[in-house]
Amino acid sequence: MTYAVRSATVRFGDTLALDDVSLEVEPGSVVAVVGGDGAGKTTLLRSLVGKVQLEQGQVEAPSSQQIGYLPATAGSWPSLTVAQNMDFVGGIYGLSGQALVSRRDELLGRASLLNAADRLASQLSGGMRRKLGFSMAMLHDPPLLVLDEPSTGVDPVSRVDLWRLVSEAAAAGAAVVMSTTYLDEAERAASLLALDGGRMLASGTLQDVLASFEGAIASTAIPHRGEWAWRRGRGYHEFWSTAAEIPLDGAAVIPDLEDVVIALSLLRGRHRELAS
Amino acid sequence: MTSSGAEQVRPAVLLRADRVGRTFGGFIAVEDVTMSVRPGEIVGLLGANGAGKTTLIRMLLGLIATTTGDVELLGAPPDRERRTHLGYVPQGLGLYRDLTVRENLAFSTQAYGAVQPELPEALRAGADRLVADLPLGLQRQLAFLSALAHDPEVLVLDEPTSGVDALARAALWDTIHQQAEAGVGVLVTTHNMKEAEQCDRLLLMSQARLVAQGSEADIIGSTTAIAIRTNDWARAFAVLNQAGQPVMLAGRDVRVADADADQVRAVLADAGMTAEVFGVPATIEERMMVLARAPEAP
Repeated sequence: MTYAVRSATVRFGDTLALDDVSLEVEPGSVVAVVGGDGAGKTTLLRSLVGKVQLEQGQVEAPSSQQIGYLPATAGSWPSLTVAQNMDFVGGIYGLSGQALVSRRDELLGRASLLNAADRLASQLSGGMRRKLGFSMAMLHDPPLLVLDEPSTGVDPVSRVDLWRLVSEAAAAGAAVVMSTTYLDEAERAASLLALDGGRMLASGTLQDVLASFEGAIASTAIPHRGEWAWRRGRGYHEFWSTAAEIPLDGAAVIPDLEDVVIALSLLRGRHRELAS
Repeated sequence: MTSSGAEQVRPAVLLRADRVGRTFGGFIAVEDVTMSVRPGEIVGLLGANGAGKTTLIRMLLGLIATTTGDVELLGAPPDRERRTHLGYVPQGLGLYRDLTVRENLAFSTQAYGAVQPELPEALRAGADRLVADLPLGLQRQLAFLSALAHDPEVLVLDEPTSGVDALARAALWDTIHQQAEAGVGVLVTTHNMKEAEQCDRLLLMSQARLVAQGSEADIIGSTTAIAIRTNDWARAFAVLNQAGQPVMLAGRDVRVADADADQVRAVLADAGMTAEVFGVPATIEERMMVLARAPEAP
């Protein structure tokens, strides 16, 4: 069973939040939705879990009982303990008694939260709180797991932990969609969807995205056209339509995901939109 | 802006910590850290939460005292006067969310007695909007502008690019590089390991100590990683995870940091799996994970 959002358009008042965006996820795989603040990541994920009305397009998703959803904010109740948060959500899904306790402790163990079971959620570090939110979304073992920025603001070590939890869920057969602002997480996913201003910049496997990029990137000490260049360390990378256009003082490089996403954003003329 | 008559000789070292330590009660937050930032240099400070980064920064700025060792800001112990040569962008940005862009800038420049800078094109259209209503990328640009208006000699940036997209991140790094090229010394923390390449030098803290410094290769040090390619990543992942290996998914490959290739092969063979097992360069994150898993830093 493939879960999907197809050709979705979403409008909030005058704002076009999603413009013809499609997303597909297979069981046993992780799809990363990558973009910055305001790119449309949350709207797309909320569309998939049925919390946003589409103006156009279709959603193919299981019933809400079959979805685990971690929202971008909160995800747990600050004034409840870790165990109480889990028990409360377990109750909603009809888990109780020994079944709930064993499932709860198994998930908290995987998330290294067992020792923190009696701590208030408000007293957890950011990384621990996201792991708790993840564990709550996983309690009923859903076939579709939708995680909105589980790792934003989380330190690198906790992010590795979170990524391991996400991978475990996919290895056990779940279809996982997660949004992120980190390009390296998108690179690690089975496939990725880059969003910018509510539109698709690129989608597919990392290899697909890199291979389908049309244009050339040059490494240069001084850019020829500042508006088409960005820093990579002390030097610059600069976009050209074809490799033949690269000036003599530039060296063609094999673009990575960061180059491709920046170049595609520039091509969309987003720098002009920002100013308006 | 610095008045032309008060042209100062820039000290050779802008920020310095010499065997610095800090305890809070019985808790050791920073232990025996020696580091410096020179003019024109971008130094990246890496580490997990609780590694001691923020405590070190607060000591360097003179916001809290050291328990042991000495810190210097612009060649002397940090004080109010010296802090006026400092630009600081905290993680929370330090903006007044219920003031407009223009009002925020007026307030911060007046506090430093600086001339109000012209708004860049991207912020001009939103000059009279409340900061709370701006996209995060523009909020970050405004926080930079406020921190730079008084021509600081040292910039301290805590997670300056968190949450913004690749293009906005590139614009912020352009500003940081411009400052460094004008001679400003920059100390920057980041959780985005992709940004390590934007720094001239890296410092890695773990469990209160400075455990590595230098280039990305110096930070990764002797940490190794192994990639495993099979036609069933999920099973390889599950088998290695079960065996207690610090396993990670990477596309359709599985990676294990700091592991023995033969041991990994044996675990997979026991499970009846055929796999291609080969060494790959470790990442900074893997180095940090290995450090975090070690019970005590060596």
